[in-house]
Amino acid sequence: MRTLLNTLYIQTQGTYLHLDTDNIRVEVEREHKAMIPLHHVESVVVFGNVLLSPFLIHRLAREHKPVTWLTEYGRFMARAETPVSGNVLLRVAQHGCACDGARTLAVARFIAAGKLQNQKTTLLRSAREALGDDPELLRQAARDINGQIGCLPLAKTVDEVRGIEGTAARAYWEVFPLMLRANRDFFWLTERTRRPARDAINATLNFAYTVLANDCASACQAVGLDPQVGFLHALRPGRSSLALDLMEELRAVVADRAIITLINRQQLTPRDFVLHEGNTVTIKDEARKLILTHLTERRKEEVTHPLTARKTPLGLVPHVQARLLAQHLRGDRAHYPPYLHR
Amino acid sequence: MEEVMLSALQHFVFCPRQCALIHVEQVWAENEFTARGQQHHDRAHGGGTEERGGVRTLRALPLVSRQHGLAGVADVVEVLPGGSPRPVEYKSGRARPRLADEVQLCAQALCLEEMFGVSIPEGFIYHAASHKRRVVAFTPALRQAVLEARDGVRELLRRQTLPPPAADDRCLQCSLLDLCEPFAAREFPRGFDPFSTALEE
Repeated sequence: MRTLLNTLYIQTQGTYLHLDTDNIRVEVEREHKAMIPLHHVESVVVFGNVLLSPFLIHRLAREHKPVTWLTEYGRFMARAETPVSGNVLLRVAQHGCACDGARTLAVARFIAAGKLQNQKTTLLRSAREALGDDPELLRQAARDINGQIGCLPLAKTVDEVRGIEGTAARAYWEVFPLMLRANRDFFWLTERTRRPARDAINATLNFAYTVLANDCASACQAVGLDPQVGFLHALRPGRSSLALDLMEELRAVVADRAIITLINRQQLTPRDFVLHEGNTVTIKDEARKLILTHLTERRKEEVTHPLTARKTPLGLVPHVQARLLAQHLRGDRAHYPPYLHR
Repeated sequence: MEEVMLSALQHFVFCPRQCALIHVEQVWAENEFTARGQQHHDRAHGGGTEERGGVRTLRALPLVSRQHGLAGVADVVEVLPGGSPRPVEYKSGRARPRLADEVQLCAQALCLEEMFGVSIPEGFIYHAASHKRRVVAFTPALRQAVLEARDGVRELLRRQTLPPPAADDRCLQCSLLDLCEPFAAREFPRGFDPFSTALEE
């Protein structure tokens, strides 16, 4: 007889899991909390400071039950490799949607809308604090992005959606330096450059995006989605297209906002960068730690999710979004609702 | 046809969506209720037998009914001096709505009847919170409810889609609240417009 099994999620910090005959014994602060029969468990996902005894890991490995380690805030760290896990129906639905032009277009439109809305919100927020001509220039860029949001429902192909997103991105990056109020002569940005970064802003953006992309990839994995099969991002070998899709809504809210804050508070200054010959820039180790610490603090901040109406730590928003996407793909909700930051 | 799990029957009667989340979407989450339940099960599920006053107590007894297509494990089965078994289901909390526990207990009895070749008129639900056990009579209506739940579970596993959420008092006790999002609008709620071109919030 084949049985359908479950994924065990453990989020309580300080939990210790060990093997007790055919059960997983759950202890928190040496206090017995639960006993979960192994034959009910398909896989184990632990967040942060959760320990598994070697004997439990051996047993789970022997039974081909994967263990996934995430940080407390859900960043994917490692997985004990075993054969296929998670809900195969979800992956099949995801691949089915990716092969369906109309459904892919619908999801891509909502993802792009989320990204553009959050860029707009970021610009308008900075406009309230800016001086001189800057507020008007920032508001004008927000209006330009609005124009592109208005075009999204009319897009007939995913390529058109990407074009709209690109036009909005140009408007956004053109005024991005106006959101900075310290060391402006150093922190300039002419264009987005990835590998290698050609200026300090690009170097910090790239670093923050890498961290965020990992969060989004682990959210996909924890929910059982295939991180490589995206909708707005084209499929490309080796690229986590879906993780990049989920990240679009959070780039401005999490990463851009963090960097703007650190520069404006002068916690991040020209001394934190190494300028190389030939116009490339790297970040010093101490500054990387600073950015990581700030991002970690930011992840703890609670936001009210506009769709679930529940208080959610910003760091768990990728998980909520991955789950909402999974619900859409499995037919549980008609549309994918992007995360709209207030 | 594949046997339906006894635990799935209980989930289904309590909430079809909970059943589908666990048995189709394959998600699971612990909360204080499930953790407490597991603790009590831990004691009951030690396995083995004991005898006291002519009543033999069988723990963690595997059950199966070929006729009805059911399978699972009973917490506790008491075998009376005459050899007739009575299922006893251990529950950590109070009685669950919608006769979910009664259906699960009666399903165990259907298995035991087939395995032992006897008819079983009643069983017991033991509530750990109040240390009280109550008698559940296996009426024709309850037996019918078991078979209907079994068919419901089969249909759920065949369709492989989630039924709509209950979004009522049940949800507050359910460990799958986060994964289910019963109160999040299925459609976009009022004021949620990703294509809005309002300039200031």
